Amino acid sequence: MIIGLSHYLTVAAILFTIGVFGIFVNRKNVIIILMCVELILLAVNINFVAFSTHMADLPGNNPMAGQIFALFILTVAAAEAAVGLAILVVYFRNRGNIAVEDIDLMKG
Amino acid sequence: MYHAIVFAPLLGAIIAGLLGTRFGRQFLPEKPSMVITTGLLFLSAILSWVALFKVGVGHEEQSIKVLRWMDVGDMKANWAFKIDTLTAVMLVVVNSVSALVHLYSWGYMSDDEFKPRFFSYLSLFTFAMLMLVTSDNFIQLFFGWEGVGLASYLLIGYYFKKDTANAASIKAFVTNRVGDVGLALGVMTVFLVFGSVNFDTVFNAIAENSDRRLPFLGMEFNAMELIAALLFIGAMGKSAQFVLHVWLPDAMEGPTPVSALIHAATMVTAGVFLVCRASAIYEAAPITSGFITAMGAFTALFAATVALVQNDIKRVIAYSTCSQLGYMFFAAGVGAYSAAMFHLFTHAFFKALLFLCAGSVIHAMHHEQDMRKMGGIRKKVPLTYAAMIIGTLAITGIGIPGTKIGFAGFFSKDAIIEAAYSAGIAGSGAGAFAFWIGLVAALMTAFYSWRLIFMTFHGEYRGDKHTLDHAHESPMNMLVPLGLLSVGAIAAGFVFYSKFMGNAGDFWHGALPSKYGADRAAIASEHLMAAAETAHDGHDAVKHGGPFGWLFNLVHGYPFWVLLLPLVMSVSGFIIAIIMYMRGEGAAKHIRNIEETGGSPLYNFLLNKWYIDELYDATVVKGARKLGDIFWKIGDQKIIDGLGPNGVAAFAAGAAKRLSKIQSGYLYHYAFVMLLGVAVIIALVFRTVGG
Amino acid sequence: MLTVISFYLLAFVAVAAAFMVVAARNPVHSVMYLILTFFSAAGLFILMGAEFLALLLVMVYVGAVAVLFLFVVMMLDVDFVEMKQGFLSYLPIGALVAIVLLLEMIMVGAAYVAGETKTVVVRETGVSNLEAFGQVLYTDYAGIFEAAGFVLLVAMIGAIVLTLRERDGVRKQDATAQMARTKETGMEMVDIEPGQGIG
Repeated sequence: MIIGLSHYLTVAAILFTIGVFGIFVNRKNVIIILMCVELILLAVNINFVAFSTHMADLPGNNPMAGQIFALFILTVAAAEAAVGLAILVVYFRNRGNIAVEDIDLMKG
Repeated sequence: MYHAIVFAPLLGAIIAGLLGTRFGRQFLPEKPSMVITTGLLFLSAILSWVALFKVGVGHEEQSIKVLRWMDVGDMKANWAFKIDTLTAVMLVVVNSVSALVHLYSWGYMSDDEFKPRFFSYLSLFTFAMLMLVTSDNFIQLFFGWEGVGLASYLLIGYYFKKDTANAASIKAFVTNRVGDVGLALGVMTVFLVFGSVNFDTVFNAIAENSDRRLPFLGMEFNAMELIAALLFIGAMGKSAQFVLHVWLPDAMEGPTPVSALIHAATMVTAGVFLVCRASAIYEAAPITSGFITAMGAFTALFAATVALVQNDIKRVIAYSTCSQLGYMFFAAGVGAYSAAMFHLFTHAFFKALLFLCAGSVIHAMHHEQDMRKMGGIRKKVPLTYAAMIIGTLAITGIGIPGTKIGFAGFFSKDAIIEAAYSAGIAGSGAGAFAFWIGLVAALMTAFYSWRLIFMTFHGEYRGDKHTLDHAHESPMNMLVPLGLLSVGAIAAGFVFYSKFMGNAGDFWHGALPSKYGADRAAIASEHLMAAAETAHDGHDAVKHGGPFGWLFNLVHGYPFWVLLLPLVMSVSGFIIAIIMYMRGEGAAKHIRNIEETGGSPLYNFLLNKWYIDELYDATVVKGARKLGDIFWKIGDQKIIDGLGPNGVAAFAAGAAKRLSKIQSGYLYHYAFVMLLGVAVIIALVFRTVGG
Repeated sequence: MLTVISFYLLAFVAVAAAFMVVAARNPVHSVMYLILTFFSAAGLFILMGAEFLALLLVMVYVGAVAVLFLFVVMMLDVDFVEMKQGFLSYLPIGALVAIVLLLEMIMVGAAYVAGETKTVVVRETGVSNLEAFGQVLYTDYAGIFEAAGFVLLVAMIGAIVLTLRERDGVRKQDATAQMARTKETGMEMVDIEPGQGIG
């Protein structure tokens, strides 16, 4: 069988779901949340690249647009991971632990 | 002149009330307040007597419009005076007694600190009563009615620091109010039936409306009967007739001048006045008139029985008032309106006299009111004693029948009893009932009146020695009113008999029903006249002429035993009182007896006023309280507050509390909710777009 | 054929590793699994023909981001024994929602490409992925490229600002103060007797 667009999209979907799932299933570790965010971004990246490569011959499309966008997503993901981890470090300094359950100061 | 008569007391009330009291920063010291109010009242009184002669003899009836008041669609009511003989009689009564009471209060209230307030209230009351009697429409009458109720509340509760006084004043006002419901409904029904509230218009239109029927409370009534009954309910409240009498004895909490003015001569007579003023309506309502007769007679008897055993000097006189009012009502019920008014006139004099004498006694005995602690004080207060004797002779109706010699009560009471006899003869069952009851009540009246005299003035002194030493005769400003009223009690009867009862000189001139003109007794009902005619054993009633012809007719109209019986009753009462209270130890023996045995059941039944107060307390008062509680605790607090402000607030708070739990502070909760939202939106999009 | 096998292999590994990221007890293991996921995704990219992006993924994500994660994980002395409690209580509902979402996404994707099986379009122009990137990156998307640079700069500064803390007792140089030194404050003339020492 031919591996088509839908296969890649499916994979991306599954990764995305796992990432989202990880965010709200996780109770104990903030780093897991950050890693799940990376997973989500990865899934989106796969989506973009898949569309970019498979739809390259559609008129009016810039065939590289998807990949360029994926490049920028990559950039932003790295930046965001850095800042996120910095925040985490400072939080840990103040709180002493990184259990997600204890982060409820905004409780209404 | 009439403006002066009516508004002078108001002026006095305003001056004393606003300038003389603490409300007006005591701008006027005491003496000027008292002088001004009393002076204005005397002016009013003198002018009233002038008016009486002008209207009664000179027939100068008037209708004076003072101010336009209500002019709403069909209903027009003005502040206006209707001056006719009935009005003039009432003006004389009210103003004379009020002026004398003002003067008397100078002495009686001498150790009170707030005299201007008292005088202001007295004048205010007088003004309201005057508005009542001079009104030319039902609305102004109602205004005066309520005004006297208000003044009565203020005056009964004058010693406002006493709990009993406060309770009594509220009781008076509330009981009056119950009657006022009937009056208000009556006035409204008058408007409904006649389209106007003006007396003249209404009374002239009775003939054509006498067949109307009105629905009320699910039943149909003749319109006239209904109006008459409703107006009478108001009169019952104001004049303390049987069901609504409970306030009158407790009203004795007020100072004695108040009792003399309000609860003897004027306010309580407002009911009688109303019935007489609306006599045209009552003429067209025979069933209600019969009811009035029965009610009045029963009240007369009831009050007299209770007065037999009372120990407070003022209460005896209060029940006596209640009883005499009953007499007036049953006279009005049988159609003898002029007899009722005549009794009102004479009763004002001797009842005010009795009250003021009692006040004099109380003043002398340093505010002791219990007769069991008095006795033998006639040497200490001789003038008061003399005046009291005169008053008692008047109330018991001592006189020589068939002549014009007698005290005031003799003429008026006998006129009433004779009227009842005539009605009874003519077939009215209520009339016959009233006649016999009236006689029994006369016996009792004599008994308790003399009992009062003997217990207070005769026998051995039973009270505190210290008080007796200090007992002294009252000052001049208290004795002068007593003297003037004594003159009235003696003379008012024979002087005015021919005018009131005989319609001499056409005294009434249409104010009260008088079918046969100037030389006949002013008794309206046809059956009464017919009875008088048939009862005289064949004498031709119209044949006797001359200045005393009318009296002959009257006397010859009744069998002699009818004329004699009331006197017999009074003398019997006197003798029984002598036997019980003058012979031997007299009062002391009876008092000791009762203290030892606690009194027989009958004694206690009468002493406790037939337990009516207890009955009302258990049913009406407690019932109203319970109903009020239900409305308050359940209706207002639970339901209205619960659904309204409190409920809404609580609901908002509760909902907010529950909703705030969604803000858990946990990131993953928020993420989860977001995810849920996304899933739902996609599902919706699927459905709408079609997958 | 090879394509098919490799695709399925890579896909399976990616998914399994992603799941283990969430499910691993030890956070260091989680990071390892994340790295594996990234590698598998890079493989998928190569299959699609975007080899530059694939290597970029490895370099940036694995080489920088994942290493950073590892640093932090090891720096924070996390007690991982009690970590995984409570995981199971939310599992059912979470799983349910996740599955629903997944199905929806798949349906969307499948509907989009219904009836067609697109294949990878081979670039006839013959330029490599890298060259294709270069042709558009510095021309059409130059502005965004600069902006991305800025983003990185700001992120760097931000991370430093957040975590920087002053510690007592650390000796530092203050160049400005050094340069502002004058003869009067920098030197002190002492007259010393021979053989006495500075004292």
